[in-house]
Amino acid sequence: MSKYTVNLKINEIPISVEEGTTILKAAKELDFRVPTLCYHEDLCVAGNCRVCVVEQTGSKALVAACAVPVSEGMEIHTNSAKVRSARKHIIELLLSEHNSDCTKCYKNGNCELQSLAHEYRVGDHVFADLVTGKHTIDNYSPSIIKDDSKCIRCQRCVRTCTELQSVSALAVAYKGDKQKISTFLDHPLVEVVCTNCGQCINRCPVGALIEKTYLEQVWDAINDPTKHTVVQTAPAVRVAIGEELGYDPGNRLTGKMVGALKRLGFDSVLDTDFTADLTIMEEGTELLSRLKRALVDKDPDVRIPMTTSCSPGWIKFIEHTFPEYLPNVSTCKSPQQMFGALAKTYYARKKGLKAQDIVSISIMPCTAKKYEADRPEMRSSGYKDVDYVLTTRELGDMIKQAGINFKNLPETNYDSIMGDSTGAGVIFGATGGVMEAALRTAYEIVTGREVPFDNINILPVRGMEGIREAKVKLEGCLAEWSFLEGVEVSCAIAHGLANARRLMNAVKSGKVNYHFIEVMACPGGCLGGGGQPIPTSKEIRDKRASAIYQEDENMQIRKSHENPEVKQIYEEFLGAPNGHKSHDLLHTHYTARNKY
Amino acid sequence: MEIKTMKRVDIIFAMEGVDPVKVVENAIKRDQDDIILDMIDSGLKGRGGAGFPTGLKWKFTRNEDSLEKYVICNADEGEPGTFKDREILDRVSEKVFAGMAICGYTIGAREGFIYLRGEYNFLLKKLNQKLSVFNAAMKKLGLDFVIEICSGSGAYICGEESALFESMEGKRGEPRNKPPYPTVSGYLGKPTVINNVETLVYACMINRLGAEEFKALGTKDSRGSKVFSISGDTPNAGIYELELGMTVDSFVQEFGDGDTKAVQVGGAAGGCVPRKQFTDTVIGYEGIPTGGSMMLFNSTRSMYNVLHDYLEFFTEESCEQCTPCRVGCQQLLMGIEMIKRGERTPAYLEDLKKLAKTMKISAKCGLGQSVANPFVSIVNNFKEEIIY
Repeated sequence: MSKYTVNLKINEIPISVEEGTTILKAAKELDFRVPTLCYHEDLCVAGNCRVCVVEQTGSKALVAACAVPVSEGMEIHTNSAKVRSARKHIIELLLSEHNSDCTKCYKNGNCELQSLAHEYRVGDHVFADLVTGKHTIDNYSPSIIKDDSKCIRCQRCVRTCTELQSVSALAVAYKGDKQKISTFLDHPLVEVVCTNCGQCINRCPVGALIEKTYLEQVWDAINDPTKHTVVQTAPAVRVAIGEELGYDPGNRLTGKMVGALKRLGFDSVLDTDFTADLTIMEEGTELLSRLKRALVDKDPDVRIPMTTSCSPGWIKFIEHTFPEYLPNVSTCKSPQQMFGALAKTYYARKKGLKAQDIVSISIMPCTAKKYEADRPEMRSSGYKDVDYVLTTRELGDMIKQAGINFKNLPETNYDSIMGDSTGAGVIFGATGGVMEAALRTAYEIVTGREVPFDNINILPVRGMEGIREAKVKLEGCLAEWSFLEGVEVSCAIAHGLANARRLMNAVKSGKVNYHFIEVMACPGGCLGGGGQPIPTSKEIRDKRASAIYQEDENMQIRKSHENPEVKQIYEEFLGAPNGHKSHDLLHTHYTARNKY
Repeated sequence: MEIKTMKRVDIIFAMEGVDPVKVVENAIKRDQDDIILDMIDSGLKGRGGAGFPTGLKWKFTRNEDSLEKYVICNADEGEPGTFKDREILDRVSEKVFAGMAICGYTIGAREGFIYLRGEYNFLLKKLNQKLSVFNAAMKKLGLDFVIEICSGSGAYICGEESALFESMEGKRGEPRNKPPYPTVSGYLGKPTVINNVETLVYACMINRLGAEEFKALGTKDSRGSKVFSISGDTPNAGIYELELGMTVDSFVQEFGDGDTKAVQVGGAAGGCVPRKQFTDTVIGYEGIPTGGSMMLFNSTRSMYNVLHDYLEFFTEESCEQCTPCRVGCQQLLMGIEMIKRGERTPAYLEDLKKLAKTMKISAKCGLGQSVANPFVSIVNNFKEEIIY
């Protein structure tokens, strides 16, 4: 259906836009910014904060620019006296119910309400204080802190949790002045279906939802001369850390980031990409062995499709939502946890260190990783495998605290061992990346040839479509894999848990048949993770994704099985993929959980 | 009680010679557009309080191209001081059903729902019995239209039409953004006519009596009659159907106790008319509209307490979705308390009035927008009582 053009005037300037365009977007086209709080481009329109109200000639009441579509002949004023007065009132009202102790707030300097208050020069609060003594802080979760005293009820978190993630851990509860954003029976987040994905944090305009920080513990470890600090950095951090330090989105800053970590005083700066490559070896082998059991042995117990297990948000989600599919989840630990287990075993041995003297720290684009590191099953080394997880944002804070001039840092290489990585490891940071890395390796193992895609870029699995499908036909298989000859490996990729739910429901209904499924809990994959710089938008995520794929193309080695340190660890320590030692250190199990 | 200066009308409750099923039978022999023309011609406006022309509402919905359409009877009567819909449903529910069936036939809907206030659940059994008879009668007439009852859960806000749809859909009762209006996207996103209980009875009766007889009553802007719920300091509290267009003064002459100092017209969300404005204020769409609630206050009443009660009510019943209403209600309530306690100077009342004005133009729905009505009218007219 073709769309009509609508003519209107905004602040006396005529403009023509497509029908259905909101006043907000039309004003933006004319370079008039209308302030917003509850609006977020990733979410459905709520129209409830009312900060974006504008005046429509002929209408007594103001209208919400984010929610009202343009109409023919409309005359809009975005900054009339009536608008300014109402808007200022609304900001003052929000401040009266908001704990405005800004200097102590984690979001100080990156708070949308604070900016608005500053912009409108809101001085002495006219209205009564509605905050003091009324609220609780939920800080039981190892990942997320929820502080109701900061909440301005814009419901972005609720829409995120419901629409983007279909988790619905957060909802509006109670009415009247008792209304709040809460959980099932007001239980703490750690006791409900929350997946710790942190997408709510990325979209909270204020500091009502933040990550639990472990900065001080990490500083203490760095400053403790008896401890050896090992830090690992996830693939998606290097393409986003710049946003915390004054760069535009989409800058690849791997070398500078490694340099900064060294200056911060970490004893060894290593790469999660190394264990991402290792994951491919383990998970690829697991997939091939499941296929063999299914196709050759006709083993009725083998579960296909196999799903990935790198995303801890996805793991917690499937544990709550589709526990009957837990046997389908790869038993591989996530790269972070493989790294942690190896840091206190293999690395310790190679370096002549005692496991108890090592403090293992990871820098992740993720808040769910904090929860993952705390899981009781993540103690394969005999100690907590990963001691502290910091987000990209926390790393930004550390660099600022240490007074490091990031922009002038030289490019620095990762330390060894466990610092080598490949392009395949890097693309773990984008949705479809694990799938692509796995296919690059598995295809080659089975056929002895590279995947049949131009420059081994498997474009069908890339992109930002919520659910994507791809098929790769195995032909000319090597003798030991001859049972796979002619098999068309059917894959699906989902990112964002709402898409994951749709995909799993399709699998459950039997309407689709896949061999391998990749799920990332966050929109865009890890690059859009809950620990990444705020704000987030599709544009920002696209830029981070293209930076990740550039990084891959610039790597000399782009296939996991060619990572020299990966070959070395199998020779020296692990034996073969899915071998006995791998099982002890690199694989795990899952727990079925409640549905509420 | 004998009424001298106003015309008492008996359209709503009259059952003598009225067979609602017969009214439907006759209506569905007519062309739908003719029914709409009659409805528009009658001048009937929504009796829930907002006063939107009923015929136009039906016309807009009829014009929508959709296989599914709905008729909803808004029986979530929650406005403080209103109790007429309860009486109508108790005594003449068949006329409500008939109004819905005629509407369904006119707009092309096959399903109708009565959204019954949670506190009126004692009516459920009786209504369901009558409904099964009525639904069977419609089937016999060959009219593909079935009515069901949907029970509310006690939130005032669910009387707001779009919050009512949300509630019916099993969601939290929060008003939606408008546009789109219900005539385009209502219950389940389908074109929906949502009318007040009383409006539907008038719709039924206009079809029986004809538009002429209805519009002969009332004034140019306020045609017909209206059922009033009269309470407060009056010797004659109760439900009365009266011709529209009277002044507050003549109303007080009839219903006051001789010492009336103010009349709250339209419930908590309505406006307060002080004695000095009695003669100049017409009850109707040209003056002060009402969903039916008329509360009389005599000189023994503290208008501070009255306002305080209203604000407490709104603070409790706000859905709390939008900032102006959520925080505004709390601030108005705390504001007058602080002034009373001397923690703020009387000048703060002016700040609060400005706030009320902001709420009126920026709140998302009618609830938040109407809090300013009682606030400003009471504060302006009874300032001393608020401050001292």
